[in-house]
Amino acid sequence: MTGLFAFIRVKGYNKGVRDVIADALKGHDADYLEIHFEESQATNIAYRGERLEEISRARNSGGNVRALVQGSWGFVSFNRLGGLRDKVALALEEARLASRGPFKLFPTESVVETVVPQLEKGSTAMPLAAKKELLDEYNDIILGSPKIQSSRINYRDAGRQSIFANSEGSYIEQAKTDLTLRLTAIAREDNEVQQAGLSLGGNGEFSAVERLHKQAREIARRAAALLSAPQVKGGEYTVILNPILAGVFAHEAFGHLSESDFVYQNESLRQIMALGKRFGGKHLNIIDDPTIPNLRGSYKYDDEGTPATKTYLIREGVLEGRLHSRETAAKMGERATGNARAINYLFPPIVRMSNTFIEPGSASFEAMLGDIEEGVYVKDWYGGMTSLEMFTFSAGEAYMIRRGRLAELLRPVVLTGNVFTTLQNIDAIGSDLEMNQGGGCGKGGQYPLPVSNGSPHIRIRHCVIGGK
Amino acid sequence: MEGLLEVLRSARRKAEQAEVFSVSSRAMPIQFEANELKQVQTKESRSSALRIFREGRIGFATASEGGGLEALVDMAVETSQFGSPANFQFPSSQDYSEVCIVDPEVEGIAMERMVEIGKELIAKIRGHTPDILCDVQVTKGTSSISLINSQGGEGRYDMSFFSLSLEGILVRDTDMLFVGDSESSCRFSDNIDDLADRVIWQLEMAKKKATVSTKLLPIIFTPNGVASALLSPLVLAFNGKSVLEGASPLENKLGEQVFDKKLSLWDDATIAYGVGSYPFDDEGVSSQRLPLVTNGVVANFLYDLQTAALAGTHSTGNGQRVGGGFPSPAISSLILSGGDVSFQAMVEDMKEGLIVEQLIGADQGNLLGGDFGGNVLLGYKVENGEIMGRVKDTMIAGNVYQVLKELLGVGKEARRVGGILQTPPLYCSRVSVATKGS
Repeated sequence: MTGLFAFIRVKGYNKGVRDVIADALKGHDADYLEIHFEESQATNIAYRGERLEEISRARNSGGNVRALVQGSWGFVSFNRLGGLRDKVALALEEARLASRGPFKLFPTESVVETVVPQLEKGSTAMPLAAKKELLDEYNDIILGSPKIQSSRINYRDAGRQSIFANSEGSYIEQAKTDLTLRLTAIAREDNEVQQAGLSLGGNGEFSAVERLHKQAREIARRAAALLSAPQVKGGEYTVILNPILAGVFAHEAFGHLSESDFVYQNESLRQIMALGKRFGGKHLNIIDDPTIPNLRGSYKYDDEGTPATKTYLIREGVLEGRLHSRETAAKMGERATGNARAINYLFPPIVRMSNTFIEPGSASFEAMLGDIEEGVYVKDWYGGMTSLEMFTFSAGEAYMIRRGRLAELLRPVVLTGNVFTTLQNIDAIGSDLEMNQGGGCGKGGQYPLPVSNGSPHIRIRHCVIGGK
Repeated sequence: MEGLLEVLRSARRKAEQAEVFSVSSRAMPIQFEANELKQVQTKESRSSALRIFREGRIGFATASEGGGLEALVDMAVETSQFGSPANFQFPSSQDYSEVCIVDPEVEGIAMERMVEIGKELIAKIRGHTPDILCDVQVTKGTSSISLINSQGGEGRYDMSFFSLSLEGILVRDTDMLFVGDSESSCRFSDNIDDLADRVIWQLEMAKKKATVSTKLLPIIFTPNGVASALLSPLVLAFNGKSVLEGASPLENKLGEQVFDKKLSLWDDATIAYGVGSYPFDDEGVSSQRLPLVTNGVVANFLYDLQTAALAGTHSTGNGQRVGGGFPSPAISSLILSGGDVSFQAMVEDMKEGLIVEQLIGADQGNLLGGDFGGNVLLGYKVENGEIMGRVKDTMIAGNVYQVLKELLGVGKEARRVGGILQTPPLYCSRVSVATKGS
C-alpha cells in the first residue's frame, strides 16, 4: 500500500483494502468483474457579487462493482466496503436479468501499478486563506470596474484517489487532482444585463489560477461594452473561430461522434462513420490524446484499466479512428483506446474524450481575415451541445468582419450547423494551437468530467448564426 | 438520527448554532440501449452536511457515509474562519403538514417487472417505426431525508420515485431524427401509453421534411418546448439571489405587469406525488404553494434562509441543496396555468410558423438577460394551419421578456414535463428564425 488512502476503514475486516477487494473478486461465475473504490476531498469557494456565497469542504468515499454475464451488465454502487461479496452477488443477479448476445471484452493486459502525479504547488494542499485572498483580488477588480453590477466566481479543487481491480488480475491505484475556476462579470444598464466570463482549469497546479488580474479586468470591460453592442443579424456567414471556440467545436461537433457507444449498435451510424471516409480537407487532423502530460483530460489508465493512447480521429481529412471502451472495441472489431471513464463511483465507465484538438496548420490569422467581405469573428465560450449530427455552440465574444478587418463588437452569438457539412467547410487552419482547460464535459448524466480541448484559429464557410 | 445527534452535539461544543442534514437514497435504474436491456444498476448513497455558526460566521462541510463523518466538525470549523456572516437563525421546532410523496408500492416493484415495462414501451414504439433505436430508462427509488438543528428544529421524511424515459433515434442516410419524452412521479405506474403516444405523434409529424426561411415567425412551444427553451431564464430571474444582487431583470418589478395577462405561474412544493414536493425544505422551513406571476403581474421571488435575511424578507421554503451542496433558493415544482385555446386551434391560426419541441444549446446564451435560443432539434413547420413536417438546420433566438409580454395564446392542454414542470403549450409571436441558405 502506498498510503494513498487516508481514511478507508473496513468494518469487520482485519485486512487491507487490497485484500478485501481481491477476496471479493474470487469465486463467482461472472464473465468479467471489476471493483472501483475511491476517496475524494474537495474545496468549493463561490462568490456572488461582493458576497462570499459558499466556502465549503467535502470528503467522500465510495465504490462500485460491475459484473458482465452473458453480454449484459450489473452495477452496484455503495459508500462502505463492508459486505462487498454481497454487492458482487447483487451485481451478478442484475446482470443475469438482461439477455443480450454474449461477447468477449477487448483483451487488455493485466496491470499492477500505482500512479501518483507529482505537483509543484498542489491546489488541494494550499491553505484556504491563500485561495480566498487570490479570489478576493479578482473579485475586487471585477466589481471595481465601470458599469459592473455583480460578479460570479466559482473555484473548485478536488483530489481523487482511486483503486481499480478486476477479475483478470489488474490492480491500479491512481491519484488525480482537478482544478477549475470560472470568473464572470455582470454588467447592467437600465434593463440591459450582459455578462462576460473566463473559464480555466488544470490538473491541480495552483499556478493555473494565479496571475489572472489582467484577464479579470478584461472580462469586466467586455461585459460593460456588450451593453451597447448590437446583435448580429441571423443568417449564414463566413466565420473565424479563435482557438478556444474551435477547440469546443472539435469536442462538441466531432469528438462526440467519435465516441463509439453512440455508434456501435446503430448500423446506419456505423455506415456514416465508416473508417476511411473523407470528412474534410487534407489540412484537417483531429486527435484525442490522454497521454499529453499535465492537461485536465490526461491520465495513464482509464477506468477499465486500459492504458491511455493517442488516437487520430481524423487524419488528413479522412476518418481514421474512434474512441472505445473494451466493450465497444470488441463489438466493432477495433482496438480499445483507453477512453472508458466515469466521473465518480456512482457511475459505470462510459466512452469519453480526454484532450481533444485540431492539429495546427499553416494559415495566419491575417490571411484568414483578408478575403472576408462580411463575416463574424467568434471568441470565448459559453458552452456547446451536440446531438450527433447537429451541433450548437455559443460565443460570448464576437466581432463583425467587414472587408477583411475586424469591426464592431457584437452581442453573444450562437452558431449551429450540421457536423458533416461544417467539417467540409473548414477552409483554413491556423498555426497557433492553444488548449482550453475550462468547463467540463457532460454525457449520460455524468457531469462535469475533466477534459481539455484545443485548436488553432480556423475558418468556416457558410456557418449559420442565430440572431435577430 | 442517532449519528446526526452525535455530530450535532460535537458541533455544538465549538459553535453557537449548528444544523445537520442527511440524505440516504437507493435507486435502481434499468437501462435499455438500442432496444436491448444493457444494464441494471443499484445505487446506494448516504451523505451528511454540517452547517455551523461560529464566532458569527457560517461554516459548511459535507461527507459521505464512511467518508469521515467525524471530520465534518473540523472541516466546518476551518471554513467558518472565512465564511459569510451568520445573519439568520435555524428554524425552531414546528409541525409540518403532510405532503403525499410516498407510494409504498414502489419499493417492492421487482426488477423483472421494470424490465417488462421497458420492453413493452419499446415494442409499442417499434410497432409504429420498426427501425427506430430506443434508449429507455426505467428507474425506481426511495430516499430518506433527516434534519436536526441546535434550535430545536427537527424533521424527517421519506419519498419514493418512479420514472420512465425514452430517447429514440432514427437514421436515414446522414439524416438523424431524435424523438423522446419522459415521465416521473412519486407513484408507480405501469401505464406506458401516454408516453408512447406522444413519441408516436412526434414520429408522425416528423415523417416529412419542411423548409423555413430566415425571418420573424410565430412559434408554438409545446410543453417540452417550454421546458427546453423558456424555463431556464425565468427560473434564474425569480431566484431571490439574482434579485438581491440586482442581476434579475425582475428586480423592482414586484406588483408590476411584466408578462401577458394570460400568464400565471407558481412554485408548488405541496403537489401530491410530485417529485419536487416536500413537507419542509432542506433547511427545515415548511413548504408552500407560492405564486410567482399572477395574471402577468410579478408576485414573489424564491428565497432560502440566508438570502431572505439579506433581502429583509422570509424564506419561502425553497432552500435546497442541489447535489448535497450549500443550500440555495431553487424551484420545487413549477406550474404554469392552462389557458383556453386548444393546440389544434393554435395550429389552425398560423399562416406560417413553427412548433418547437426541443432545442439544443438553449442554455448557452445570456440567460440572466432573458435570452433564449438554440438549434431546433425537434420542431415542425406550419403553413396555412397545417403541420407540414420537420424542420432542420434551423435556429431560433429571442428574449423571454419580449416573447411572454404578449402571447397569442395559452393552451388548454397542460401537462407535466420531466416531473417538476407543468405547462400548457404557449403560442408566441415574432420569434427570430435563422436557417441555412438564406
